[in-house]
Amino acid sequence: MSGGDTSARKPGGASPAQTRRRVLALLPFGVAAAAGGGFWAMLSRMRTGGFDPHDIHAPALNRTVPDFALPGLDAAHPGFSGNDLRHIDRPVLVNFFASWCIPCVAEAPLLGRVAALLPVWGVAYENKPSDAAGFVSQTGAPFARVALDGSGRTAIDWGVSGVPESFLVRPGGIIDWHLAGALTETVVSATLPALLSRIGR
Amino acid sequence: MKRLLPIVFVALLLPGPVLAVSDPSEMLPNPAQEKRAEALGSRLRCLVCQNESIEDSDASLARELRHILREHVAAGESDAEITRWMVARYGGFIRLEPAFNATTAMLWCMPVLALLFGLGIAVWSYRRASRRAAPAPALDAAEQARLDALLRGGSVER
Repeated sequence: MSGGDTSARKPGGASPAQTRRRVLALLPFGVAAAAGGGFWAMLSRMRTGGFDPHDIHAPALNRTVPDFALPGLDAAHPGFSGNDLRHIDRPVLVNFFASWCIPCVAEAPLLGRVAALLPVWGVAYENKPSDAAGFVSQTGAPFARVALDGSGRTAIDWGVSGVPESFLVRPGGIIDWHLAGALTETVVSATLPALLSRIGR
Repeated sequence: MKRLLPIVFVALLLPGPVLAVSDPSEMLPNPAQEKRAEALGSRLRCLVCQNESIEDSDASLARELRHILREHVAAGESDAEITRWMVARYGGFIRLEPAFNATTAMLWCMPVLALLFGLGIAVWSYRRASRRAAPAPALDAAEQARLDALLRGGSVER
């Protein structure tokens, strides 16, 4: 580097200045390697689902359902409370929906297939009772119960950020699994059966 | 009138006061509490729009969260308590300013690290440059005499 370098060069042995220069030359590669390793670890964990900085679902998992008590839609679709969910003896899928939500209408046929596996309890989110009733009769959604959450407060306590969202609640009222978004073919044919066999029903 | 027109036009172009909460009925009657609620709400993410705070967003979820936030503020809860309430439901992602933990340490430390790195480079290159520009060796007696003669403007004997 510097022409006026005073260090003597011995064949075979590196002077302190040379060593320092080598270290300085390798430093950027070291920093780049460390950064690359860090990014690789982060991205691979994001891909496998071990790390999600945007995760808004984690808080709900393995927790007891929040306290709430909501009125029912009609005689055929009674409401339910957090206490009801704490006393179930088999898993229940709690599905938040609204009549104004297009993906909810789209996932209704899949809910029909879920109902063959386990009971589905609906929560009508920010929906008038008449609109919720219209949704249930038009889509044929197989809700064993429908609770009316007109203010959306109960949904907030569950950590719902938008409909549709589904929660698998296992006996004891523990939230076992959470899906923010519409059910898919894979969820119904693979994910849910696997979860149910793990829970033991 | 003609002269007024451009003034009116410019006045229309000027940005009006931007109110985070557009509906006055949402605001708390106590101005100090409302200010605190706005400050706290502008640090909470709207989960629907994701890059807007709940104070800026028009989504119904954000409106409801604003409402809940104001209830908690009016009840005299601290900022930390209210943030905990939100994080318990929606996770750390609801905070627009991430909490300091092992995952975010790099994020928060980066400005300081970058500054230290830059300072290190500056100090290193300054010291290298000053070492390279070493002072010239002093003149011996004969050279000094020749320089003096040159400076006096006389001819130089060789």
